Amino acid sequence: MPITEADVEKVAQLAHMEITPEELKIFAPQMADIVSYVEQLNEVATGNVPPALGGFTPEGEATDSARDDSPAPSLGQEKALAEAPDAASGHFRVPKVL
Amino acid sequence: MSETKTDIGALRSRISSGATTARAVVESSVKAAEKLNEQLNAFLEIDGNGAPKRAEANAAPDGVLAGIPVAIKDNICVEGMQTSCGSLILGNYHPPYNATVIERLLGSGAVVMGKTNCDEFAMGSSNENSAYGPVRNPWDTTRVPGGSSGGSAAAVASGIVPVALGSDTGGSVRLPASFCGVFGLKPTYGRNSRYGLVAFGSSLDQVGIFARTTEDVARVLGIIAGRDEHDATTADVPVPDYLAEFSANVKGSRLGLPQSLFGEGLDPEVRASVEAAVAVYRDLGAEIVDVELPNAQYSIAVYYIIATAEASSNLARFDGVRYGFRAEEAPRLREMYRKTREEGFGPEVKRRIMLGTYVLSAGYYDAYYGKAQQVRALIKEDFRKAFESCDAIITPTSPTPAFAIGEKVDNPLAMYLNDIYTVTANLAGIPGISVPCGLSSNRLPIGFQLLGAYWSEPTLFKLAHAYETAQPFTERPPVCAE
Repeated sequence: MPITEADVEKVAQLAHMEITPEELKIFAPQMADIVSYVEQLNEVATGNVPPALGGFTPEGEATDSARDDSPAPSLGQEKALAEAPDAASGHFRVPKVL
Repeated sequence: MSETKTDIGALRSRISSGATTARAVVESSVKAAEKLNEQLNAFLEIDGNGAPKRAEANAAPDGVLAGIPVAIKDNICVEGMQTSCGSLILGNYHPPYNATVIERLLGSGAVVMGKTNCDEFAMGSSNENSAYGPVRNPWDTTRVPGGSSGGSAAAVASGIVPVALGSDTGGSVRLPASFCGVFGLKPTYGRNSRYGLVAFGSSLDQVGIFARTTEDVARVLGIIAGRDEHDATTADVPVPDYLAEFSANVKGSRLGLPQSLFGEGLDPEVRASVEAAVAVYRDLGAEIVDVELPNAQYSIAVYYIIATAEASSNLARFDGVRYGFRAEEAPRLREMYRKTREEGFGPEVKRRIMLGTYVLSAGYYDAYYGKAQQVRALIKEDFRKAFESCDAIITPTSPTPAFAIGEKVDNPLAMYLNDIYTVTANLAGIPGISVPCGLSSNRLPIGFQLLGAYWSEPTLFKLAHAYETAQPFTERPPVCAE
């Protein structure tokens, strides 16, 4: 089923992105083109092929990345807040939630 | 003459013997960057003051890269410099830590002299998606340098630095390497750390290397590769001494030729050039064997489902709260998110976030993402089988040489098809290197790509070095350090 402008609007909302009516007119046909292109995968018989889990090599999958659950030095509050658009009293400040 | 037009080995000898100093080398690099940037727009930040001082006060004066200036793609974190990812949403962001690959470069004495322009969040094949304007190809400034690591490729091609880092999610190192006439490596998935690389497609991303010789690529990989506890995807596989194994003897090597990839859409000059490279290998004693990659034709479709799905998830973090840009005049939280992302992201990033959100959304997940991961498994299996009968596979790196700025911007799908030869390596997790193999009739570089099995970087280096020894690519672009 081809992607419509209504689909694109809904997806933008799910992605927390506002899009302008002009953008909608451009994006909807482009996304419809791309989605119809990727639908060529339907012609591949995949049966019970287990899905690949990323680009992992067998050695990568075998690597144990677990570490001890023990405290260690981290970035610290000052550095963590240094790039925030609005920091206050040691916190990230955001507009009203409700 | 600029100090930075030679390779790392020659530069190190000149510094060690006292013929020049690390400071002079880095100053020369910075001056070349400042001068050429007006034409190339390859750098988003040049550390003209700090870099020469750091070269002089080097903490690792005897390191393998002591005093060597390096350029870093602006999506890899370097403390004290900006990381914009070519996006307005990060803008003047200054990360509070170094990426692991940067720590390792600094530990060997390298000096980061600048941050290079790129497609926004590494999403693009032409570098036209940067919020700070396109990089221009040093061979022809009306043309693209390839993307997404176009600034790094242009910086190496034009002699500003001997080596640069980029990131490769679907070809973003190899494609610009071929368009700019330099070597570009995407290592095996898990070979090096992505800690401090801003995430795009986490099952695909790898940090890659640009240089003008295979030896320099190998030297730098030896430094940045290896397990990192900060990146769980790095594999516990020993890092070989790539230079110790260096050789140009490919007698008896088996080179796989996937004929099906030399068909429709391939520029005749690129085809002729890559076929000539195959003939060079045959003359050097390599055995050419036919290989089949029956599912490679689906790689672009698979890639643009998986990469956009992962991007939509990774880029959810850019919401105007912890770093970067925040939209003004948004009195409520959700409105602030929506406006920040509307104003902060460019069109290609928005398109990919929305596509990724679409393919992951309720009711579509199995049809798109699940199906793509199954076909990805088939592509991985194709390569596993192919490497039973050959040591490496040769293909073009790109179907065409560099195209004109503006030529494909209105047609995203046509742009995606540039990646037809490169995305398979990211889907399968295997390493690939682009090797310069001459110029087209209008003097644009052409590259071929060698793909190998997991951890076969030494084999790729041997094959690439054999070719560069037999057919040295000595031409330099018109926009070049003097």
